[in-house]
Amino acid sequence: MLLVNYSYKNLLARKLTSILTVFGVALVVFVFCAVLMLSNGLRETLVSTGADSNAIVIRRASQTELQSIIFRDMANIIKADPAVARDTEGRPLATGEILVLISKYKRDSNEPSNVPVRGVTEMSITLRPRFELVEGRMWQPGTSEIIAGSKVAGSFRGCGLGETVRFGMREWTVVGIFEAGGTGFESELWGDVDQLMDAFGRPVFSSITVKLGSPSEFETMRARLEGDPRLEVEVNREKKYYEDQSKFTTVFINAMGLTISIIFSLGAIVGAMITMYAAVANRTVEIGTLRALGFSRTAVLWAFLVESMILAITGGLIGVTAAAFLRLVEVSTTNWDTFAELAFSFEMSGSIVVFAMVFAVAMGLVGGFLPAVRAARFRIVNALRTK
Amino acid sequence: MSRPFVQLQNVNKSYWRDSLEIPVLNDVNLDLPEGEFVALMGPSGSGKTTLLNLIAGIDRPSSGNVIVRGQNVSRLSEGDLARWRSDNIGFVFQFYNLMPVLTAYENVELPLLLTKLSRSERRRQVETALSIVGLADRMKHYPNQLSGGQEQRVAIARAVVTDPVLILADEPTGDLDKVSAQEVMDLLSRLNHEFNKTIIMVTHDPRAAEKAHTQRHLDKGVLNSHESPQAG
Amino acid sequence: MKVLKLVSKNTTRHLLRTLLTILGLAIAVMAFAIIRTSVDAWYAGAEASSPNRLVVTNNISLVFTLPLAYREKIAKVDGVTGLSWAHWFGGTYVDPKNFFAQFAVDHNTYLDLYPEYLIPPQQLATFLSERNAVIVGRQLADRFGWSLGDPITLTGTIYPGQWEFVIRGIYTGAEETTDESQWFMRFDYLDERMRAEMPPRAGQVGSFIVQIADPSRAAQMSATIDSLFVNSLAETKTQTEESFQLSFVAMASSIVTGLRIVSIMVIGIILLVLANTMAMTARERVSEYALMKTLGFRPIHILGLIFGESLFIAGVGGVLGIGLAFPVKWLLETNVGGFFPVFTIEAITLMLGIVASLAVGLVAAVFPALKAVKTPIVDGLRIIE
Repeated sequence: MLLVNYSYKNLLARKLTSILTVFGVALVVFVFCAVLMLSNGLRETLVSTGADSNAIVIRRASQTELQSIIFRDMANIIKADPAVARDTEGRPLATGEILVLISKYKRDSNEPSNVPVRGVTEMSITLRPRFELVEGRMWQPGTSEIIAGSKVAGSFRGCGLGETVRFGMREWTVVGIFEAGGTGFESELWGDVDQLMDAFGRPVFSSITVKLGSPSEFETMRARLEGDPRLEVEVNREKKYYEDQSKFTTVFINAMGLTISIIFSLGAIVGAMITMYAAVANRTVEIGTLRALGFSRTAVLWAFLVESMILAITGGLIGVTAAAFLRLVEVSTTNWDTFAELAFSFEMSGSIVVFAMVFAVAMGLVGGFLPAVRAARFRIVNALRTK
Repeated sequence: MSRPFVQLQNVNKSYWRDSLEIPVLNDVNLDLPEGEFVALMGPSGSGKTTLLNLIAGIDRPSSGNVIVRGQNVSRLSEGDLARWRSDNIGFVFQFYNLMPVLTAYENVELPLLLTKLSRSERRRQVETALSIVGLADRMKHYPNQLSGGQEQRVAIARAVVTDPVLILADEPTGDLDKVSAQEVMDLLSRLNHEFNKTIIMVTHDPRAAEKAHTQRHLDKGVLNSHESPQAG
Repeated sequence: MKVLKLVSKNTTRHLLRTLLTILGLAIAVMAFAIIRTSVDAWYAGAEASSPNRLVVTNNISLVFTLPLAYREKIAKVDGVTGLSWAHWFGGTYVDPKNFFAQFAVDHNTYLDLYPEYLIPPQQLATFLSERNAVIVGRQLADRFGWSLGDPITLTGTIYPGQWEFVIRGIYTGAEETTDESQWFMRFDYLDERMRAEMPPRAGQVGSFIVQIADPSRAAQMSATIDSLFVNSLAETKTQTEESFQLSFVAMASSIVTGLRIVSIMVIGIILLVLANTMAMTARERVSEYALMKTLGFRPIHILGLIFGESLFIAGVGGVLGIGLAFPVKWLLETNVGGFFPVFTIEAITLMLGIVASLAVGLVAAVFPALKAVKTPIVDGLRIIE
């Protein structure tokens, strides 16, 4: 590591080549970060959708609310469970909801995608403390009025404030826009559960969400409800339930993205190798001189490895910085676990930065190693004689 | 004559090209006392540079011993040799061999990176070395901003900055004009006189050789036994 | 033609560098081909669709069903030559990760509408006579190691409970683009159990497949079908099979767009690698080019040298990359085949790969060439490095 200054100044001397190599690494790191940020963003959005103190009940083996059916008599049994918290008037903090998908056209591409419509009750809003009406008002009971999550309102035709959207043989007027702390709910339309059951001809709930008196009571409630022969249900912590909905899509994005990143990195490694081999070849006499001055093979090896790693780390930093700006980009795509459109952002995290930099350094090491070994193995006498 | 400072005992050196052995040095014996300034002369291909490389420990003899200050150089391992070189030897090359990307100051500082000196101690020594060669005002210049003579003087500063006991110079004036060559030779003499450095210089410039105490001639790998002392 | 000889000599001068550059290019072109192929894979369903088939689904969205009773009205529409129906079953085989498409279809009519699924007559006969028989695609059977006669149990996600089946047929595709990863079970097997256990869910289908004789009437017939059910509880949406398939691609449009961007970025990598090599080469040879000019070579010769070398490296890299794409595609197909039922490298992809690498070859040589031509002879000769 003695020759850091020498390594660094050599890079400055070969500007064009160094810049091209740095860009190669930066491009790879950018793609690598983008992929991890994408799946992280999807996961974070879904994880934050669930609350720690809530549990969700769906029909056994149905995986998501969309396939689940909970009849009204079952709902009453669930709501009466002793683990369910109660408000000051003694009412259980539990809500039966219906969730269906409707196919609507996106504003920008004019292509259809599935929007989740959730039929909710007054209690639903109590159970989702992040819910906040930001524009307009709530629906009037007994009317064809709905409110739209901020993400849906922006990206789907007919879902903005004051617009109307048609489904279930009715025209529904959007009378309010709500936010929910960046969670998956912002990608949904919400309406009165009874009105929606009526419109879709489905007099059944999709799920029952309950607030637990104490999070520690979850396991006992789960054992009780899942063991109840009248129910045929499964009980999940809300957080876990939503996190599971990110599995298929994040696995897909990661597998695809990492494969691409690795193939890309081979290109960048080859680029770094070419640069470093040329550096070694052009500086044969210098290497001989350094050795004659008393620098060991190891010192020469390090000089070239450091050179390659400076390239890689610079590239890595540029790539990570560029990727950080992706946080401003919002993505909206179908989540294949639910088949519903979900809006989320690229989300950076500490571990992504660490992974990306480790990846960059690894590229530098692999690309620089063979050339550095070649440099270290020169015989001094021969190196000095080269002209 | 004092105890031999540089001693070569029956040194042979040959290279192999394919299966053909090419002898370069043939049974060379040499004793040099401390403080000597010797010019090694001889036609191209006579083995002068090879002899210098053997003394510097950057090449190994096929047989025989190279002993410098009582240390048998040919017995040292690769790593020990590198350390030994940085402690004992200062090298001056025909084409200066400065690092083009480093300034004069940084070039001279290079060998000091191998020592445990602090930054400020290094600075003092680099400045001393550069002022000895008369280039204290060119510290921030890059090699391509210096003349050939100046470059060679920077190289000499680099050779003396670690205060080595032995300076090896390979055709130090070979690439220089007359005036610059004169300056470089004056500098080497001064290092020999004032600082008592032992200097072994390969050259085929008779004018340069005149500055040395003694001249030894190599011809086809054989070192002529007689010394030709210079008046001077 | 003398220049050509110099070009080939020059490329072998730094053999290692040339080889590395070619390798880098080859990897990038291979990646380009694979990424484009996986984009194509999204469109495979649309590609394989027939213009003679219309798909009728619930207008609200795919999760809603249509009454089976609609078939009588649809069959009477003028121009309809065949009618069948299919229903998404959505069962889990052992683990939810083992995802594959399962359709409950009308055993009497469905396979008649899809002549591209080739089934031995003996196997088809068994399918028609046994209620719990299933026919699976060759690729699906290979994925799980199923063979004829194997009993299979699925856990229903939409239809509760355990479902027992026996593999009675394995179909192969008539075309390379035919999806061989599907599972066809009998609709009546599902429907009868629903009738017994959950009567409201019986008699419901996900989609009707309508065969029409004249593809040019598709739009008009679609409108006619939809008009039959307007203002009913289950309004229909009729579209050609192609646009039905494309609506799935549209759902993944962000991913498809992302892949397209990445495939362009790959070209960027090729450019960086090759431009780097050409820049180095040009810097090393400044004095040589100056010497050639002194000898009377004109700029066109020197341009020929530089562009020739760049294009040569790019061309070899491109061809090698295309060559590499096939084994890599085969590897991907055997390992992650579940994601993409159809994974075929198309001719246009190969052509684009070659064209892109040659274009990169041209661009990479521009700067070095300009520099070589513009450097005055005197300056060029002075640089000895």
